[in-house]
Amino acid sequence: MIVVEQVTRHYDREPVLHAVELRLAAAGLTAIIGPNGAGKSTLLSLIAGLDQPDGGQIFLDGRPLAAYTRRELATSLTMLRQRQAFNARLRVRELVLFGRYPHHQGRPGAADYAKLDEVMTYMHVTEVADRFFDQLSGGQQQRVLIAMALAQDTPYLLLDEPLNNLDIPNAVAMMKLLRRFVEDLGKRIVIVIHDVNFASCYSDEVIALKDGRVAFQGNPADLMVPKMLESIYGMPMPVQVIDDKPVSFYYLS
Amino acid sequence: MGSTLKAGIVAGLLLGGLSIVSLSIGVADLASLDLLWASRLPRTLALVLTGMSLAVAGMIMQMIVQNRFVEPATTGTLECAALGMLGVLVWNPEASVFTRMTVATIAALAGTLLYLQLIRRIRWESTVIVPLVGMVYAGIAGAVAGFIAFQEDLLQTLYVWMQGDFSAILRGRYELLWMVLPVSILAYWSADRFTLIGLGRETSETLGIPYRWIVTWGLILISVISASTLVTAGLIPFVGLLVPNLVSLVMGDNLRRALPWVALSGALLLLLCDIVGRLITFPYEVPVGTVTGLVGSAGFLVLLAKRHARG
Repeated sequence: MIVVEQVTRHYDREPVLHAVELRLAAAGLTAIIGPNGAGKSTLLSLIAGLDQPDGGQIFLDGRPLAAYTRRELATSLTMLRQRQAFNARLRVRELVLFGRYPHHQGRPGAADYAKLDEVMTYMHVTEVADRFFDQLSGGQQQRVLIAMALAQDTPYLLLDEPLNNLDIPNAVAMMKLLRRFVEDLGKRIVIVIHDVNFASCYSDEVIALKDGRVAFQGNPADLMVPKMLESIYGMPMPVQVIDDKPVSFYYLS
Repeated sequence: MGSTLKAGIVAGLLLGGLSIVSLSIGVADLASLDLLWASRLPRTLALVLTGMSLAVAGMIMQMIVQNRFVEPATTGTLECAALGMLGVLVWNPEASVFTRMTVATIAALAGTLLYLQLIRRIRWESTVIVPLVGMVYAGIAGAVAGFIAFQEDLLQTLYVWMQGDFSAILRGRYELLWMVLPVSILAYWSADRFTLIGLGRETSETLGIPYRWIVTWGLILISVISASTLVTAGLIPFVGLLVPNLVSLVMGDNLRRALPWVALSGALLLLLCDIVGRLITFPYEVPVGTVTGLVGSAGFLVLLAKRHARG
C-alpha cells in the first residue's frame, strides 16, 4: 500500500508538486497520466525514494519511506526508467544477476541463480545471455531490463513511460506483459504513461495530475468522459466505447 | 574458464618476461648484484606498481563519470595533486614525504570533486564534451601550478613531476609506491559496487547502493593512487585511459572479472613503454611519460573513431 501525504516538491523554487494527497489501491496496475510538466515523473521518483520531498511524507506498507534503509527499500520496490542509458558493457546474464544485488550483496547463491534462470526464461532472453547489453536491439534491451527488475523480486514495480520509443506491436506487448505481472505474479505496478487509451484499456486505477495537483483518481471508466478529459488536457476529447472499453478519438480534435 | 586460465598464464609469462628485459637494460652490466638491488629492481617494481594502479584508477574513474574517455590525467586529478605538492613545497620545503603525499591526495580529491560538480552542472550528455571539459579543467589547474612554480622559481621541479620518468628511481626513494597495492586490492574488494555506479545513480540506488558514498570512496582510492604515483614517478598520461578501454572491449565492464586484467595489462603496457623509451636512444632515455603520451594519444584517436562508428 502506497500512501502519499501532503507531498510538495520544488525545483529551483518552481513548485512541481503541490501538497499531493493520494492513497493508491492495494493491488493491480495504476496508471499516472497528465500533460507534460504535470509532475508525473517527479511523483514516481519520490515514491521510488530516488528523490526526497520538500514537504509531506510517503508511506510504503504503513512505514514512512524515510525509515527504510536503501537495501530494505530495494527489496520492496524497484523502478525502471525508459532511457536507462547504459554505456557500461555488461553481459546480459551479469546484468540480470545484478538485479539480485539487494539479496546477495555481491555473493550470489543457489537461490539467486535459480531466480536468474527463471526470469531469463520468462522474459525470453536466455538466447542472448552471453551477449553484451550494448549490442542488443532496443526491444531486447527493454526485455533484459525488465528481467533485471523481476530478478529483484520486489512486490512493487514502478515504470516511467515504458512505452516511449516502442512501436505499436511492442507497446501492446509491453502492456499485456504488465497485466500478466499483475495477474500471474501478483505484482503491484505503477506506471507513468501518456496515452489515455492504453491507460483506459489496461489499468485498474488511473491518477491524473495537472499542474502538480491531483486532478482525478478512480476507475478508468470514470476518467474516460469527455468533460473530465477536457479539463485535464485542455482540449476537446470525444470518447467512444469500443468492445466495452472507452477510448478517446482525439487525433482530429 | 579454460581459455581465461590460458590467457592468464600467457599474460603472467609476458609480465615475467618483460620484467626480466626491464631488469637487464642499462649501461652497466649486471656484474654486481648491488646495482640490481639498488636501481634496476626498484625501477621494474615501480613500473609494475604504477602501471597497474593507474589502469585501475582509470577504470574506476570511467565508472564514476560514466564516460569511457576520462582518466586521472584528464579530470584534473593528477594536476591538482601536483598543485598540492607545489603548495607544500612553497609553504614548508622541509615537509616530509608523508606530508607531501597527504596534501597531494587531498588536493587531488578536492580537484576531482570540483570537476564532477562542473560536469553535473553542464549536464551535457555528449560523450566527447565530458572529457573535453576535463582536459580544459586539467589545463587550467596545470597553468595555475605553472604560474605558482614560476613565481617561486620551482618550474624545474614542476617539470620533473609533469614528466613521468623512472630513471631516478632508487632503493629508498620509491617505497611509498607500495601503498597502491593495498589500494588496488581495496578497489577489487569494491568491484561490484563500482560496476553498479557505472550504471548511473538511479539504477544503483534502486539496487540499494549508497551512490554518493561509493563515488566518494572511489575518488579517495583514485586520489591516493594519483598522488603516490605522482610523488614517485611523475605524471604518466593515457595508461589509465587506454588499458580500461581495451580490456572492456574484450571482457566487458564487470569489474569483478575485468579488474585483474586491467591491472595486469596496465603493468604490461607501462613496462613495455619504458623498455621502448630506454632502447630507442640507447644509452640515453626518453621519459616513459612521453612514450605513453605518444602511444596513448594515437590509441585514443583510434578508440574515439571506433566507438563513434559503433554509435
